[in-house]
Amino acid sequence: MKRVVVLGGGVGGTIVANVLAKKAKDAEVTLVDRTGKHVYQPGFVYVAFDKMRPEKIVRDERKLLRRRVTLLLDEAVRVDAAGKLVHLKSGRSLPYDYLVIATGSRLAPEEFPGIEGAHHFYSTEAALKLRAALESFPGGRIVITVGGIPYKCPPAPAESACLLDYFFARRKMRDKVDIHFLSPLGRVFPIESVNPAVTKIFESKGIRYTTFFNAERIDVQNKIVHSLEGEAVPYDLLILIPPHHGATFAKESGLTDAGGWIPTDKYTLEAKGHEGSIWAIGDTTDIPISKAGATAHYEAKVVAENIASLVRGEPPTARYDGKVMCFCDAGHRRGIALRFDYEHPPVPPPLGRKWYLGKMILNRLYWYIVPKARA
Amino acid sequence: MVTEEVKATRVVDARGSVCPGPLMALIGAVREQKVGDVIAVYSGDTGSRTDIPLWVKKAGHELVGVVDRAGYAEFVVRKMR
Repeated sequence: MKRVVVLGGGVGGTIVANVLAKKAKDAEVTLVDRTGKHVYQPGFVYVAFDKMRPEKIVRDERKLLRRRVTLLLDEAVRVDAAGKLVHLKSGRSLPYDYLVIATGSRLAPEEFPGIEGAHHFYSTEAALKLRAALESFPGGRIVITVGGIPYKCPPAPAESACLLDYFFARRKMRDKVDIHFLSPLGRVFPIESVNPAVTKIFESKGIRYTTFFNAERIDVQNKIVHSLEGEAVPYDLLILIPPHHGATFAKESGLTDAGGWIPTDKYTLEAKGHEGSIWAIGDTTDIPISKAGATAHYEAKVVAENIASLVRGEPPTARYDGKVMCFCDAGHRRGIALRFDYEHPPVPPPLGRKWYLGKMILNRLYWYIVPKARA
Repeated sequence: MVTEEVKATRVVDARGSVCPGPLMALIGAVREQKVGDVIAVYSGDTGSRTDIPLWVKKAGHELVGVVDRAGYAEFVVRKMR
């Protein structure tokens, strides 16, 4: 019986394990997750803006997995690619025939000088802290920026600027709040084809923006954020997305590039140099597309399909075409939808109610559809 | 050829990285290198032709040159501050 080991119980790892449990009856599927808790990360921003309760964005991983999947609450510390073994923190070693690395990205706030002076919404704890700060915010300047690229969910900072506008408009104090968005790039939105639409949304909401601002350090005492380009922007409340890196064990196993991401074939999702035995999906890879659940979701199906073929002794033929589909909340119960792949950049449909509703429906139905690979 | 006159301290091959990949790869290298170092970035992305010179100017560095290669462009940048 072939042994498949999946590292990481996020959206990508869970889908791979569930699809294999269904389609590869002759495989033994083991999923290793550090916490056993599955977190719906798009919910973080809604926790910060008091639209979702923290307990609504987390479930037991066991309940999302098919019975045939063995769940181990443990953590990989090293992959021995030559010996096809994963060494775990508990001291146990797991042999594998096929390994899927879906351990996502980790936040590295320690790398950013002065980050203790900033808020973010990339964990439940940080989102709750930001929520408290927003509830008691008396008015003033809120600055939003990122501590480095890549970071998870490229639209999230711009989305949070729009949600700040909506949050303070509902509290009848929008005129007391100056929202200032600092983009590391020469435009507001990372994806060029979507940039004009987002710039228009910002302008219509009176959200100020500065481009080519690569935040370098925070002067916590004087409440000023400084950039690599030599600019300084004062703030009353700062939202700064912490730097992101890949999982430490992957780097220590010699599987990554300098940034900690695994060099991965963009079509087959095999880790380069380990074709046929190791695959990487989601944030873990070095593929220059969005680090987001919406990416991992589609990648996971390709990897599961190919490993199922190998288990059956057939050639793997599924290829990932770069498909990503997501909804962005623009506040005021409006949204946009983005669909794209390697060959086709997104063409955003006009701002509308139905895309906002799409996001609200996903927020609720995610648990029933996505991890179980029903969509 | 620019790179024959100025020797790059570091070469960043950002070919295959889609927009805004090469610019961010350059910014990452500028963060890590010392003042006076020369960084060569290879980019196959047409957006880099406007993005990279604009950023270099704003950030106060020097664009030593842009060289056309087979299917990509080489941007040579000196870190000034």
